[in-house]
Amino acid sequence: MDTEITLRVDGADHRLTVDTRTTVLDALRERLGNTSPKKGCDHGQCGACTVLLDGQRANSCLALAVAHDGAEIVTAAGLATDGELHPMQRSFITHDAFQCGYCTPGQIVSAVAMLQEAAAGWPSAVTFHPADGTDGGADAGPVDLAADPDEIRERMSGNLCRCAAYANMVPAIQEVARS
Amino acid sequence: MSAVTPRAMGQALDRLEGADKVRGLAPYAFEHPVPHPAYLSAVRSTVATGEIVGIDCSQASAQPGVLAVLTHLNAPRLGTDDGELRILQSGDVAFRGQFVGGVIAETSEIARHAAGLVRVEYRERPHDVDLESSRERGQLRVPQQTMALFPMDIDKGDVDSALASAAVQVDCTYRTAWYNHNPLEPHTTIARWTSDGLTLHVSTQHPRGVQTTVATAFRLEPDQVRVFSPHVGGAFGSKGPRHSDVILAVMAAQLVPDRPVRFALTRHEMFTQTGYRTPTIQRVRLGADTDGRLTAVSHESIEQTSRLKEFAEHATRATPTVYATPHLRTRQQLAALDLPTPVIMRAPGECPGMYALESAMDELAIACGLDPVELRLRNEPDTHPLDGLPFSSRNLSACLREGARRFGWESRDPTPRARRRDGWLVGTGMAATTYPTLRLPGSKVTIRVTPDGRHTVLMAAVDIGTGTRTALTQVAADALRVDLAQVELRLGDTAYPPAAPEGGSAGITSWGATICEGADELRRRLAADHGGTVPAEGLEVTVDMPENPHLKQYAMHAFGAQFAEVRVREETGEIRVPRQLGVYAVGRVVNPKTARSQLIGGMTMGLSMALHEASLLDPRYGHVVNHDLATYHVSSNADVGTVEAYWIEEDDPYVNPMGTKGIGEIGIVGAAAAIANAVHHATGVRIRELPITLDKLLPYA
Repeated sequence: MDTEITLRVDGADHRLTVDTRTTVLDALRERLGNTSPKKGCDHGQCGACTVLLDGQRANSCLALAVAHDGAEIVTAAGLATDGELHPMQRSFITHDAFQCGYCTPGQIVSAVAMLQEAAAGWPSAVTFHPADGTDGGADAGPVDLAADPDEIRERMSGNLCRCAAYANMVPAIQEVARS
Repeated sequence: MSAVTPRAMGQALDRLEGADKVRGLAPYAFEHPVPHPAYLSAVRSTVATGEIVGIDCSQASAQPGVLAVLTHLNAPRLGTDDGELRILQSGDVAFRGQFVGGVIAETSEIARHAAGLVRVEYRERPHDVDLESSRERGQLRVPQQTMALFPMDIDKGDVDSALASAAVQVDCTYRTAWYNHNPLEPHTTIARWTSDGLTLHVSTQHPRGVQTTVATAFRLEPDQVRVFSPHVGGAFGSKGPRHSDVILAVMAAQLVPDRPVRFALTRHEMFTQTGYRTPTIQRVRLGADTDGRLTAVSHESIEQTSRLKEFAEHATRATPTVYATPHLRTRQQLAALDLPTPVIMRAPGECPGMYALESAMDELAIACGLDPVELRLRNEPDTHPLDGLPFSSRNLSACLREGARRFGWESRDPTPRARRRDGWLVGTGMAATTYPTLRLPGSKVTIRVTPDGRHTVLMAAVDIGTGTRTALTQVAADALRVDLAQVELRLGDTAYPPAAPEGGSAGITSWGATICEGADELRRRLAADHGGTVPAEGLEVTVDMPENPHLKQYAMHAFGAQFAEVRVREETGEIRVPRQLGVYAVGRVVNPKTARSQLIGGMTMGLSMALHEASLLDPRYGHVVNHDLATYHVSSNADVGTVEAYWIEEDDPYVNPMGTKGIGEIGIVGAAAAIANAVHHATGVRIRELPITLDKLLPYA
């Protein structure tokens, strides 16, 4: 069954017809030709398809397009504005925080969203159980990612990198968190 | 062979395609914009062995939007005798998950749904998928050949007598798991048949290989097949040899002429269709005198292959190179099973083999009461232990000493299970690492120069994420003696001269040496024919990879030393690796930034191998049960601590004009052994079967 929906993608409005089985990821890649989010597993297990869906990071392969009529989507391509790379993108390049590049757009979207989550005080497993053995908690306020690489490692673990550039991603993200 | 003076080489440049990759704009095979694409979804066997006795496509064909259904009844007869590639040639099923058909449709959703509607009836046959019992059942055979370039079985001296009379003996059996490469980009193809021939966009390590394989299979001339592979989203060996997915895509495209057919393997299919690293059962026997000097080394490996095709991973390959010993034996045996065919995976041979050898060396160090670093230093050979050739360069000792210094190894108390911190048992371990400096045949390059001084370098090489595009541009600039800005390197298109496959850490050696030869030829031609000035119409040369006159004079290998710190939760057996450190001797490093990424990437994949990865076979049905990224766990960010990679200055004038020795694989070699040895140091428990998971440690809590 086909249905018509609208999506706002990287600042541009699109009206499109999708099969009701079409995921947001396939709507972006196959219908709109936006291949910035990648398909690594199609099961929400690798994170390569991560986009900002109405402001929050989401696995676009697990979202049905028909259920997100009218949604605002930002891909890694849309993080760069007026030809200027986002600071996270620049930091990933400088720190060589990727190799093959296939997981990279998802990593970068995830990292950008994660900074907002930490600033808003959203806790992670590490927040509750910090390495230093002190008591963490849900109401501890903003989380200082720059000072705690374990927070970054934990919060970025929904995005797999088979080239294993993790050890470069952490300082890349720390640098942006610091600024 | 004249050495190239480094100017661009040695600079820590950012990746040339970085700005595209961070925005997701670098196109991978599936993403190439094509007009009006159709989509292919595969039908796969649901039995391990048997024969198709009935196939009903009526429901699938009746779906609106279905363009064609492909089975063995309407598939073209292939012109290849490669058992893995010969799909849909009969009703025979050789393993569970083998392609038995496909559906081509207007959308991916329709294709996938309709593929599930193809009804296949089988007459099943009993299957054999059990490597472990193959030996008892007398099912093992000696392989026809292991991967080329090195002898398969080695006998030097009298190993049995030397082992029997050795003052210190180690006799242990180690097991490694079935590993799947799982590059984040699945194997993907766009295939389009036109009256001119076939156009393919393929995620591959070897565009030329795809071209010739497909041409042979479909009875075309190679120049009727054009292959594009501008960007590849990881490979690790799985995209080296060709697999049946490309064949299926081309067959499908034949049914819908002029329409581009897009085909991406699902992650489930990636566990069956793209090869894997064979599990190994390795027995290592070491004999030594009381000072720890080796008197005998015996290394035997049992592996599996399929019944369709033989592939033997030379797990014993590194063993003759690493340590001096008067008596040496290596053996390989294979069981041919009703399973998919294994294939090369990052450091094939060295990776599983050095896990076993370097674990056994740790056990020997303990048996001798020697420090593991010291044990290795005592067994350094002066020349290659097998053939007596001098090494072109060998700095294992320097790596061991520098690694120990940087890691803080000197203060290590060797007593196992002696350090506790906040409920964690803490231990450290180390291992040596090595990988041969290989060169692969089959490269040519075309270099053009125009009067404005711009050079265009063309070859059908690929960058699978290794940093080739950047590093090879640096090589080209130095070979041509011009600035980086004057060089444009074009890769990933079979319209360019053929290039050897990306593999064996041989890319820079094979392709770089070819470019250096091209630069020399360009200078010769300019001087001889044009008085040293570029003519108005420009000048172009095409050359083959040159011979290396030193190949038979020297043994060429890279070396390194890896160290790891491990913490094991005493009550639960949970294992963490807060620190890995490696020091390598890999010749000249072309680009320190991308090289370091290669090394830490390999080390992290070694951590993943040591603690996380295993494809688990269900012997009843003959398939990998955990065939997805939720249950086949590859290391995630939270699994990885500090990873440090360093190298020592090493000048090797014999390996190639750049002095490089290859860096893509050595990082994974020995990493698992260093961690396993650290687990023993932390817990006093020796786990000889990877991955080391907490259930294996719990009985000793």
